[in-house]
Amino acid sequence: MADPHLRFRDDEPTEEPAVTLDAFLEQSNATAVRLESDEDARLLLPYLDRLSLIEIGFPVFGDGRGYSAAQILRESGYAGELRAQGDVLVDQLAYLRRCGFDSFAPEHAIAPEAAKAALERYPQVYQATSEGRSPVWALRHAGKTA
Amino acid sequence: MYQYDQYDQAMVDARVAEFRDQTERRIKGELTEDQFKPLRLMNGLYLQLHAYMLRVAIPYGTLSSAQMRMLAHIARKYDKDYGHFTTRQNIQYNWIKLEDAPDILADLATVEMHAIQTSGNCIRNISSDQFAGAAADEIADPRPWAELLRQWSSFHPEFSYLPRKFKIAVIASDEDRAAMRLHDIGIQLVHNDAGELGAKFFVGGGMGRTPMVAPEIRDFVPADELIHYAEACLRVYNRYGRRDNKYKARIKILVHELGKDEYIRQVEEEFAHMRTLGLNPPVEELARISAYFTDPAFDASAPDTVDLSDPDFRIWVEQNTHAHKQPGYAIVNISLKPVGGIPGDASSGQIDLMADLAETYSFDELRVTHAQNIVLPHVRKADLYAIWQKLDEAGLAAANLDLIGDMIACPGLDYCSLANARSIPVAQKISQRFADQQRQKELGELKLKISGCINACGHHHAGHIGILGVDRKGTENYQLLLGGSGAEDVSLGKITGPGFDEDGIVDAIEKVTSIYLESREEGERFVDTYRRIGMDPFKEALYG
Repeated sequence: MADPHLRFRDDEPTEEPAVTLDAFLEQSNATAVRLESDEDARLLLPYLDRLSLIEIGFPVFGDGRGYSAAQILRESGYAGELRAQGDVLVDQLAYLRRCGFDSFAPEHAIAPEAAKAALERYPQVYQATSEGRSPVWALRHAGKTA
Repeated sequence: MYQYDQYDQAMVDARVAEFRDQTERRIKGELTEDQFKPLRLMNGLYLQLHAYMLRVAIPYGTLSSAQMRMLAHIARKYDKDYGHFTTRQNIQYNWIKLEDAPDILADLATVEMHAIQTSGNCIRNISSDQFAGAAADEIADPRPWAELLRQWSSFHPEFSYLPRKFKIAVIASDEDRAAMRLHDIGIQLVHNDAGELGAKFFVGGGMGRTPMVAPEIRDFVPADELIHYAEACLRVYNRYGRRDNKYKARIKILVHELGKDEYIRQVEEEFAHMRTLGLNPPVEELARISAYFTDPAFDASAPDTVDLSDPDFRIWVEQNTHAHKQPGYAIVNISLKPVGGIPGDASSGQIDLMADLAETYSFDELRVTHAQNIVLPHVRKADLYAIWQKLDEAGLAAANLDLIGDMIACPGLDYCSLANARSIPVAQKISQRFADQQRQKELGELKLKISGCINACGHHHAGHIGILGVDRKGTENYQLLLGGSGAEDVSLGKITGPGFDEDGIVDAIEKVTSIYLESREEGERFVDTYRRIGMDPFKEALYG
């Protein structure tokens, strides 16, 4: 179980180890679960209230399924810790944050200053995502609809 | 034309700064080539056989004169004085130095251009009808919809690591000039029964090694649900598209393996979910964008007749101009296919000249076509003669639009690290063999498309005549395909049989055109005759 190197939450990290999806669905009182990239995040939807950690594995940085998994969980109201683990590079941090990840356990450590620069690089976003930032189109029309 | 506001400009400027930083780290050795590769690919920078190649995005193929001049400037300053217009309405530079790439992107940003998402497994530049806003047969201008999709797909956090690249085309007429159904998503704007404008979606088309024509998956998506629906299409693909084999990773394979109906079911389920989230820009945003695409100030009294007494001019007008929606105006096609030339290439001088012509005669606007030509969309008929004379002086007056000389060819083994065979010399030989204007005209509409490998960048599957270069035991070999089309009569070509060597393929083209001339009935194009008489007579001529 990797320690999160970067965490963007104020609450205390859960002490409980994340169990596999199969184990979670079978036993049930666990509060931390790990999803592999090919597993269906929607299977967790009935249990979101009692989960405090969902870890999603990135076997290679180019496997983008975890982004959709994260979005689905956040869109469905999941408010606990959402951790990206695996081949997670500084270049993906901003998009991962926007899809709702709020902690990162990369295989190779990311320097905090590099992470900060990457997260602050782009001044705007074009899409509405679960992260809740106002996209450019909302800013453009804010005065007119408010 | 669309113009950036401060938000759009800030995003492009941020990308330039980011890439400058990444390139400096690479040059200093802080990044390995393996680490740098995915970063440069997100900025359209490929490492080819001889040098870096930079692909610059031309959203839906629309350019201003200032943007066109910038393309000439880049060719002159950073490349060997020419650029190559591509089948996705973009431009590529073949001889770029890595250390120059950030400066090029900075130069592009000064005219609201970039190379963002011109490569990588993300949503690529949106393509469209090169006659948008000018064609007599369109029901609306498709470009505001394309621009809405451009912004939505730019820096998309969920869909930047898709199983494979993703191409979207938007058209708004029944005549398909953009090979719409050979895209991952093809959109045709349509009216519903209530007279509202919306989008008909086709998903799962493509060329490559497994060519497929996209099936229709929804007959109407309203304007205020366009992004929700596109999100749904992409999310199903991102989650379930194959990632075990890059050759089976395009959405066409997913749609094919699931079956159209099951794909539709999953998309509809996701769509219903998306609608609860409010991700779609309000209709005011589409209206804001549309305001940039209103008609230019046409001269309502422009004369609708042209003096065709100069015979060479007449030939060019008949072949290379197209009906405009506004009386007194025409759409001008500038063929980048001179006899013996390299399809799609233009020198900086030619690019500048086309920019000048657009500024003087076409309301400052140009288009790039997927057939690798340039369009002046809004030209007064009274100005056609002056334009033609200037084009002729610059070697740009080839009167061969949609004729055999107007062929598509990929860069092939002369440049590309994926190619198995050269495309350009074959294109040049065919062009020379059929150089005679009368002969081309006699053959009529004949779309010939050449790819140097099975990735099909030269659209060979969609050619009335297609040529596919392969490597056969270390020698270049060319397979011949007949009967494809990328237009509204979309179809995929079939291979005639064993391939030919470089000279043999040119002879083979001549043979199949002879069969057409012998067999055609009144009004039939090559592809019509092929469809009527089938492959056998052609095979007999080639191999009998």
